[in-house]
Amino acid sequence: MSTPLVEAEILQSTLTEAMSRGGEFAEVFVEDRRTSSAMLDQRRVEQLSSGRDRGAGIRVVMGETTGFAHTADLSEKGLYAAATAAAAVAREGGGGVREVVLGTRRDYPSMARVEPSDVAKAKKIELLLQADDVARSEASSITQVQVALGDSTRRFVVANSEGVFASDHQVRTRFNVSCVATGDTGMQTGYRPIAGTRGFELLNPDAVEEAAHGAARQAITKLDARAAPSGDLPVVLASGSGGILFHEACGHGLEADAIMKEASVYAGKVGQQVASPLVTLVDDGTVGGEWGYLAVDDEGHQSSRNVLIENGVLTDYMWDYLRARKDGRVSANGRRQSYQHLPMVRMTNTYLLEGESDADEIVAQTPYGVYVAQLGGGQVNTATGDFVFGMTAAFLIEDGKITSPLRDCNLIGNGPEILKRVDAVGRDFSMIPGTCGKDGQQVPVGCGQATMRLSSITIGGAAA
Amino acid sequence: MSQLLEQADRLLESAQGSEEIEIYVSRGVDTEIKAYKGEVENLSTASSSGVGIRVLRDGPGGARVGTAWAGSLDDESVRDALREARDNVQFASEDEYVGFARPDGVDPVSLALRDESVLNTPIDQKIAMAIELERRVRSGDARIRQVDSANYSDYDAEAAIVSTTGIRASYTRSGAYLSVEAIASDGKDDQTGWGLSVGRSLRELDSEKAAIDAISRATRMLGAVKPSSMRCTAVFDPRTAATLLSIIGGALSGDAVVRGRSFFANRIGEMVASPLFSLLDDPTDPRHFAASSHDGEGLACRKNVLVSDGELQAFVYDTRSARRAGTRSTGSALRGGIAGSPSAGCRALQLEAGREDQGSILKSVDFGVYVESLMGVHSGVNPISGDFSVGVTGLMIRDGQLAEPVREITVASTLQRMLLDISHVGNDVEWLPGSAAGQTLAIEEIAVSGS
Repeated sequence: MSTPLVEAEILQSTLTEAMSRGGEFAEVFVEDRRTSSAMLDQRRVEQLSSGRDRGAGIRVVMGETTGFAHTADLSEKGLYAAATAAAAVAREGGGGVREVVLGTRRDYPSMARVEPSDVAKAKKIELLLQADDVARSEASSITQVQVALGDSTRRFVVANSEGVFASDHQVRTRFNVSCVATGDTGMQTGYRPIAGTRGFELLNPDAVEEAAHGAARQAITKLDARAAPSGDLPVVLASGSGGILFHEACGHGLEADAIMKEASVYAGKVGQQVASPLVTLVDDGTVGGEWGYLAVDDEGHQSSRNVLIENGVLTDYMWDYLRARKDGRVSANGRRQSYQHLPMVRMTNTYLLEGESDADEIVAQTPYGVYVAQLGGGQVNTATGDFVFGMTAAFLIEDGKITSPLRDCNLIGNGPEILKRVDAVGRDFSMIPGTCGKDGQQVPVGCGQATMRLSSITIGGAAA
Repeated sequence: MSQLLEQADRLLESAQGSEEIEIYVSRGVDTEIKAYKGEVENLSTASSSGVGIRVLRDGPGGARVGTAWAGSLDDESVRDALREARDNVQFASEDEYVGFARPDGVDPVSLALRDESVLNTPIDQKIAMAIELERRVRSGDARIRQVDSANYSDYDAEAAIVSTTGIRASYTRSGAYLSVEAIASDGKDDQTGWGLSVGRSLRELDSEKAAIDAISRATRMLGAVKPSSMRCTAVFDPRTAATLLSIIGGALSGDAVVRGRSFFANRIGEMVASPLFSLLDDPTDPRHFAASSHDGEGLACRKNVLVSDGELQAFVYDTRSARRAGTRSTGSALRGGIAGSPSAGCRALQLEAGREDQGSILKSVDFGVYVESLMGVHSGVNPISGDFSVGVTGLMIRDGQLAEPVREITVASTLQRMLLDISHVGNDVEWLPGSAAGQTLAIEEIAVSGS
């Protein structure tokens, strides 16, 4: 094993210091993250960058109040100073000094087979160039290709006043291809990501070729796109990125922080039918290698598979430790962007279980509608349930066949209404990586589903 | 002289042989307070610092640049970063356009962007402001059911940029913010509204204004309905107009232009917008919260006229994109903190004020949608193709008056069309956080999608 980020005795005495003003709970989170990235633009390797961020975040909880401080100084003195600053909120506490004793640390090793730092930079650059070659060879209308490769190695140790003591080693790798195609109608874009909680083994010439080919084809196809329709239509979401629908339509609304503040349309609805019986939705940090995979969450609790909606009935919310503690629950969704951030309830890999329909049949049985091949993100207002998600590759469905390409636009709906309109779910499950933003913090997440249909949703196109 | 600048100077001495080095160092102190039900929910205090290093070596086909950064300023971290940057240089491509900025004779304006009060005000006073904000919203209207978050936050920051090519700049700034989200209920539905107030010091914060803003935005949305699809005039309020201008600003980046990723490329001198539209990027205007004396490469910021009476005049450039375009930097390098590489972008956009106030703009609209908030800007706007489709909440406009609230709709067009279809520009400029100020803006022929 590698050397610990901070010795156990120092973590222990830092926690004791953090509790010395009468706090009820204290936690120290020490992180060391190395990242590297490279971008290829117009066949030039630019912005070849490496970075390291190291530090500790300490929080102290007293009643409903959390004090938090972070520092890049991992010496005993630096940690004590942060502990004192975080403990300032507990000034009215009368608990006095409490000795914190840590047991044995639970270590979670990385699942990466090839550590990114062991890979020659020249080899990484070969893949960037390969993607560029493949994309450009698709057609002369491809006028711009950007390829980015990034990896990160994140080691952390987390310990709290209740004895949780765990360390994790997370390796993530991502590779994106973005293309611009130019034609008579202007420019159009194509994009394909490859990303996983894996080492360099994630990337190989076949995967890179497929991504580059896909991004180029998407841009070229969209050159012939017409304005998307405006108004309500049936929509078929292709396997994979359609999972963004659930991330926005209900995922955020099922996070316990929104629930406890009654800032979610799903508050108080456990046990109720909130979706079509075809909907069984799971949040699952244990899916090995996926972008939202975690061995342990950022509060030191082992990740797990949680069923949120079963056959349309709401079964549970997602929890972080503070909220779970109040409710006597187990938490597995406490995540933070870095040591500089407080943890909060976040999704991991959120997906819809497969159904029984055949993907091609679902399209064939749709007389007129929209087929969304790729979604690019979304946003939700959890208090009203209104959400949007954007299509970045889509086609009309006419007489059960996929026909004309459509230009990018958002789709809009209200979560509880849209979940009831899922009227077919296929068997071709797949997942995609994404970055989820909440209160200014970004974390990697996975989304997934099989090809599925909504009987109706509002398409926000510009067509007359 | 600032300690930070001294430290950056010392690092510069480690340049070897013919290599060029650029050092960016920054340091900041942050406070964040969240109030909930009259108590502090979160109180976060922190200081942070870091360094970004770029190393450049010349070659026969151009220069290569390698970058590295570290989230602390201790000797070991800085030494590691320098070593990594040198290692990265070897793998970068030779690029005939890349280079570090060199002094260009433009003197920086002197701006007072830092207020000591941010550092000197006791924490209790800051806590009181967050709690007071929450109280104002909760007690301001009986229909307010919940205050999801009432926040006070501030920062005090300093940065320095030095290079072996003669750049030597440092600057300081402070900021303080109040923001609040209110949830209103009429017993059937909930609606939300955001209010905010920003300043460089605590004195400039207006808690009452932020509270009233959040309350009125949430309560006047109560009873909102989803209308049928239509094509009509959309009137954007100053906040949403500012978001639109930021998106337009992205396409005016010289970096996007030289990379073939802007729909404005090769259109200088053309009418790209309504004659009512004159857009500047002026970080030297202290009214703008993003005002700055220096850009991300240490050159003086300056006023750049981008669109004048609808005619495209110029783009903003950093050193590299300027060289590639055969021109000079406009002092417009942006840098996303220590880990970011400089890239050209607009920092402080402002649209020349029109003559009408919001009331008279609304009077001229028989039928339309008044846009108060946007959703899904990142997922529904393609800044390269110009396709534009965003989720909206707001109010109908009927016979020149604001009418019933509407929700769950999108407004769509293309950015190219929208610029040409601008029919009114307000005189009600609001200075907002972010890269653009905003004022009321009316745009014709927008597709509104509803049921």
